[in-house]
Amino acid sequence: MSGVMKRMGMIFRAKANKALDRAEDPRETLDYSYQKQLELLQKVRRGVADVATSRKRLELQLNQLQSQSSKLEDQGRKALALGREDLAREALSRRAALQQQVTDLETQHQTLQGEEEKLTLAAQRLQAKVDAFRTKKETIKATYTAAQAQTRIGEAFSGISEEMGDVGLAIQRAEDKTAQLQARAGAIDELLASGALDDPTGMAKDDIAAELDRISGGTDVELELQRMKAELAGGGTQQQAIEGGDGSAQDQAQGRTQHKFDKQ
Amino acid sequence: MIVRIMGEGQWTVADSHFAELNKLDDELLAEMETGDRDGFRRTLCALLDEVRRCGAPLADDALEPSELILPSPDATLDEVRAMLSDNGLIPG
Repeated sequence: MSGVMKRMGMIFRAKANKALDRAEDPRETLDYSYQKQLELLQKVRRGVADVATSRKRLELQLNQLQSQSSKLEDQGRKALALGREDLAREALSRRAALQQQVTDLETQHQTLQGEEEKLTLAAQRLQAKVDAFRTKKETIKATYTAAQAQTRIGEAFSGISEEMGDVGLAIQRAEDKTAQLQARAGAIDELLASGALDDPTGMAKDDIAAELDRISGGTDVELELQRMKAELAGGGTQQQAIEGGDGSAQDQAQGRTQHKFDKQ
Repeated sequence: MIVRIMGEGQWTVADSHFAELNKLDDELLAEMETGDRDGFRRTLCALLDEVRRCGAPLADDALEPSELILPSPDATLDEVRAMLSDNGLIPG
């Protein structure tokens, strides 16, 4: 098939693989890998447990066989004591067969023990490897997350830089508006000062009132200046004036007395 | 074989139906190359109908890769041509 269907399928697969590569999160892959390792470790541990169970079963069988062997030995001894050599021979021959089984089981037991030790060691090594992998995985994940965050920050920054243009425009607009308001306020002040515009607050004065204020303000200043000049120039005069004042007061008192006598 | 109609889903189509599908598919390719828009529309509809007719729809939650892919029913000749160009279906 070489038509549209096949060609689309091929292109789609090639592109989909690329897309998947891009979409793949290494953290998930690491977690998956760790999970797989844990499963493997679990299998090895299960293997160790199985071997240990078999070893224990063998030990039980060995114990049973050895107790049977002891029992047969006792029976043989008793048979001999009772003069039954035939029975004693039978017991001993059975015991010999049991002993053979015991020897075989002991060999198996040793083999199993060796296997168990090997598996335990392997499990320990694997455990160490899995632990090390977990640490490494977490480190990689943290690094990846940090890198991703950094990328996001970078992206955010580029986004901000784009937005900055808008902010700049907003500032420009605000500045324009402020300048416009200031200009308007200045114009209003001028209009209020000239009396062309009534101040609703009543604070502003028309030009005539302002001029009167200016003149009267100037007059006050002139008067004040003259008074101060007089004070500075005539320190003694002032004293005399004070003393003279006292005398006149006395005169006035005398006069009053005189008037009093006159009345009398 | 699993065939996907883009935008619709997947169908399992028995190999015995491929002779007919192949014929329509080749016709579609020829019409696309010659720029026969009417012919392309007609053949695409016929091809899609044939897949729907002889195929068994796959469950939506089934995760099976499609061996063959067909454009969506509303795809134009130019779109399909673009899909088959170097850029393929997914840009990049």
